[in-house]
Amino acid sequence: MFAFIISRILQALPVMLVVSFISFAMFAYVGDPVSIMLGQDFTEAQRTELVASLGLDKPFFVQFLTFLGNAVQGEFGLSYRLSRPVAELIGERAPATLELALCAAFIAMAVGVPMGVYTGLYRNSWLSRFFLTFSLIGVSLPTFLIGILLILTFAVWLGWLPSFGRGDVRPLGFWATGFTTWSGVKALILPAVTLGLFQLTLIMRLVRAEMLEVMRTDYIKFARARGLSNRAINFGHALKNTLVPVITIAGLQLGAIIAFAIVTETVFQWPGMGLLFIQSVGAADIPVMAAYLMLIALVFVVINLIVDLLYYAVDPRLRTRR
Amino acid sequence: MRAFFDSDIWFSFTRSWLTMGSAIVAFICIAGAVAAPWLAPHNPFDLASLQLMDAFKPPSWTMEGDPLYPLGTDDQGRDMLSAIMYGARVSLLVGFSATIFATCLGVSVGLLAGYLGGTVDAVLMRIADIQLTFPSILVALLIDGIVRAAVPREVHDQIALFVVILAIGVSEWPKFARTVRGSTLVERNKEYVLAARVIGLGRFKIMVQHVLPNVLGPVLVIGTLNLALAILAEATLSFLGVGVPPTQPSLGTLIRIGNDFLFSGEWWITIFPGVALIIMVLSVNLLGDWLRDALNPKLR
Amino acid sequence: MRSFWLAALAVALFLSGAEARSIRWAASGDPNTMDPHSQNVGTVTMVLQQIYDPLIARSRSLGLEPALATAWEQLEPMRWRFTLRPGVRFHEGEAFTADDVVFSIARAQAPSSNFGTFVDTITRVEPVDALTVDIITRIIDPILPNKIASIFMMSRAWSERNNAARPQNTRNREETHTVRNVNGTGAFRLTSREPDVRTVLTRNTDWWGWANPNNGNVTEIIFRPIASDATRVAALMSNEIDFVLDPPLQDLQRLRTAPGLRVLEGPEVRTIFIAMDVARDELLYSDVRGRNPLRDLRVRQALYHAIDIAAIQRVTMRGQSVPTGALFPEQVQGYDPAQDQRLPYDPARARALLAEAGYPQGFALTLDCPNNRYINDEQICQAVAAMWARVGVRTALKSQPLAPFFAQIQRADTSAYLLGWGVPTLDALYSFQSLLSTRDVSNNGDGGTWNYGRYSSPAMDALIERMKTQSGPARQAAISEALRLYREDVPQIPLHHQMIPWAMRSNIQIPHMANNQPYFRWAVVQ
Repeated sequence: MFAFIISRILQALPVMLVVSFISFAMFAYVGDPVSIMLGQDFTEAQRTELVASLGLDKPFFVQFLTFLGNAVQGEFGLSYRLSRPVAELIGERAPATLELALCAAFIAMAVGVPMGVYTGLYRNSWLSRFFLTFSLIGVSLPTFLIGILLILTFAVWLGWLPSFGRGDVRPLGFWATGFTTWSGVKALILPAVTLGLFQLTLIMRLVRAEMLEVMRTDYIKFARARGLSNRAINFGHALKNTLVPVITIAGLQLGAIIAFAIVTETVFQWPGMGLLFIQSVGAADIPVMAAYLMLIALVFVVINLIVDLLYYAVDPRLRTRR
Repeated sequence: MRAFFDSDIWFSFTRSWLTMGSAIVAFICIAGAVAAPWLAPHNPFDLASLQLMDAFKPPSWTMEGDPLYPLGTDDQGRDMLSAIMYGARVSLLVGFSATIFATCLGVSVGLLAGYLGGTVDAVLMRIADIQLTFPSILVALLIDGIVRAAVPREVHDQIALFVVILAIGVSEWPKFARTVRGSTLVERNKEYVLAARVIGLGRFKIMVQHVLPNVLGPVLVIGTLNLALAILAEATLSFLGVGVPPTQPSLGTLIRIGNDFLFSGEWWITIFPGVALIIMVLSVNLLGDWLRDALNPKLR
Repeated sequence: MRSFWLAALAVALFLSGAEARSIRWAASGDPNTMDPHSQNVGTVTMVLQQIYDPLIARSRSLGLEPALATAWEQLEPMRWRFTLRPGVRFHEGEAFTADDVVFSIARAQAPSSNFGTFVDTITRVEPVDALTVDIITRIIDPILPNKIASIFMMSRAWSERNNAARPQNTRNREETHTVRNVNGTGAFRLTSREPDVRTVLTRNTDWWGWANPNNGNVTEIIFRPIASDATRVAALMSNEIDFVLDPPLQDLQRLRTAPGLRVLEGPEVRTIFIAMDVARDELLYSDVRGRNPLRDLRVRQALYHAIDIAAIQRVTMRGQSVPTGALFPEQVQGYDPAQDQRLPYDPARARALLAEAGYPQGFALTLDCPNNRYINDEQICQAVAAMWARVGVRTALKSQPLAPFFAQIQRADTSAYLLGWGVPTLDALYSFQSLLSTRDVSNNGDGGTWNYGRYSSPAMDALIERMKTQSGPARQAAISEALRLYREDVPQIPLHHQMIPWAMRSNIQIPHMANNQPYFRWAVVQ
């Protein structure tokens, strides 16, 4: 077990290296920060001096090595757009995104798994058909449209929930949380539902497919023959055995949730890392974009590791090596 | 052909009116999209035919409607019906091509990694991890950026559509790979695989003929959802300015444009492309669901 | 952390009612910095001009009125004397003196400042006594007061104490104090700020201007940036926001009829135009080889005649534009109505001109366009592309976000592009010098910095030199002549001046300003 973890961490290092290279490389094409920083009035001399001061006149690999050397020390420099330390900016925004992503993931699992089990067990009931149709419509609409429709309904029309922002946040140590105030919780509902909806349908369909499969296996038939209760069979045996692919997908989707938070945060003006990233793209703010991508990479690597460990826990067959 | 009509699949198809219905709807959608240049009342991609003064016309059955434009016009004076037909054409092309590309790549990688294990598994899955590490939208941006830098601009504009297909396809394959690998890990220790190995079948033969059919269930679920996803990803890319040009909008782009008119009362600019997209995706998904059940030997 | 509690306290105070008259304000962009001499963009100025004062301020009609200087005069052609307002204190208590003026102008002249053009003619600033200061220019500069109105006054003591004597510089490894901290003399203090989330300003009861009964009664401003158009409108309609600076045009009708809301309409000092590559020998991104059709005046005229500006105004801009044939609107000094005339919409004439120029079958052209910079920029480009296509110019549209767009046009890697030009000095020279001077890429050149079509005309350059030094009728004659030359040469196709509707709750009054800046000192909450 320990050796397994060590080897996985060693494998993760080249991943991070490649990610840092790609994330740095792609910024060569995103845009030119200089024109944004100079504004409407400037002379060619100012332009040249700014390019030189940012090191943008150096060869590509020199820029990359400088970047990498600093990144290893946790030093991403100053944001071009906001002139503030990047690490500090991301630190401020991370709680908002993580709270949103975790709530969305929770909604997706807490609603998606039971719906999947139900539709798997009672595949021909009208409620199952309703769930399936609903899930299909849910995945057929672009996220930004769902968000706007929710705002239209619950903020403008009914006036129940706020249309944007995080509400009041309270500091909990270094973590600014929205969970402790009523307005913070209310502000979380619409974005979390918007973000979680797609994952919910994905998990529901996956659980359903796996349940259908498992219910036809011999050990379920044996269990039935042994006279176990339906409840014990459905949850003790069937659900447990659908969990391998569900854990894979759910784990991978947690990363996707953080990535898709970009769109949700834009629609709801949610002050998280995704919004920071999209604003940085607009201003070609290379240090922020690079740091964000490397952080996302780190999150993914960690999630992958956890998923692999859970595999071990859930499926004993994987523990025996051939 | 005869064998096909005698098969169980055809039998199960004819037994479900829902499946047949969605097949008909999907066929109509695809046919309408493919035949748009001959069926559509206008050519919305022909800039010279657009009349700005005809913009924002409501559907023809309303008070101010114009019979020339059955579903109304958008902010540039494009006929909505024609725009939807042409847009569906672009969306379907991107969606199908990207999904097929991602499926082929992902399933091959997943099978190899899961069945062969060891170094092959480690290397392939690390590559998939790197790929997964980047949100699909960002991968697509990267590919577009590289192509933009590598080829001259005139050429880039001509191949924009292929770039989008490649970008979406490449960004989606690891999902298939991870899922197939997960199922393959389980399948490869089952008796039927051991039996096949005992009778001396080659590794690739076992993989393709025996393991593959048994790991396709989740692939079909992901694949059908992925078609919708690819269409939406294309819209998001257009949103970020690297998709198909706005003068040749896809269905997703039409919805994105219409998004701006949700509060202003010009509902037809959003609603019709949205409904078209839902109908299209719904029918394809229903077909996918049925196909999954029909292909699964255990459910027969 | 302290700022959270202050914000919470501010909200609590607002909810408790009492004497609090608060405005919750939203716009699409957030200020990138609180440094008054760093970035010359509207989103920064709209917050900072509530906090800082210049020597001379803009009046409600965009004229000049005394602020920190109570009087100014041109003692000699190149020496201006400013008399400073006595008894003014910065928010942190320092007294405002002549030395702060010397400091602030020098700070705006630093290389890391974007405000160089407003102080480029100043060679020296001499304090005469504590409340009098002389500014000496290198040439005769008749519009110095217009330019000085863009320079905010900072405290030398405070800036030096906080190691911020120069505007922020990205080369620094550390954050400059002024990125998040302010110390102005203005009507409002900065109470709390979370970038991209919330900025709270409260009334500075010690402000020198509150004695004037024409000023307003606002005690608090809560600014929240909301980038998404639809969300911003929703927040206004659901009563979470009182004032939206930039509502989308398509939603104006809805906002006008919504109960409790109103829309203020007015022009902005910003002109939208299409510039063309008139320099290259072979046009980029076209099917014409070995020639550049846009160098032919007849082709440029044809493209001009092809544009149905009335349709763009009515449909694309929903009436929120003023079609123009000039480089700048009437609020700008030097405007000449006689020269504000367009080539008429005439597709037949356009086709004839193209044929005459040797392109009876038209040609292919790529139009570059930003899609998030100006009001409905991408839609305007689409409409223009369709209109050009109808006269045979097969137009491909390339629209991108502003970062890659500006990067591309600044390499002059374009055949035709849409641009909008605002005039902060409210003087014609600013536009002519940046847009139509022969491009001077030498190290200290400031001519044609935005002339990426590389138009170059000795006659135009001579007229611009006259604008720099002459004054009175002679200067006006030079401007009018330059505008006439602009119409004759067609280096650009002007489209319209933007209108800038503001949407707000009915119980608040904020005077609409053509520079798109809300002045909350004049705002009234009922």
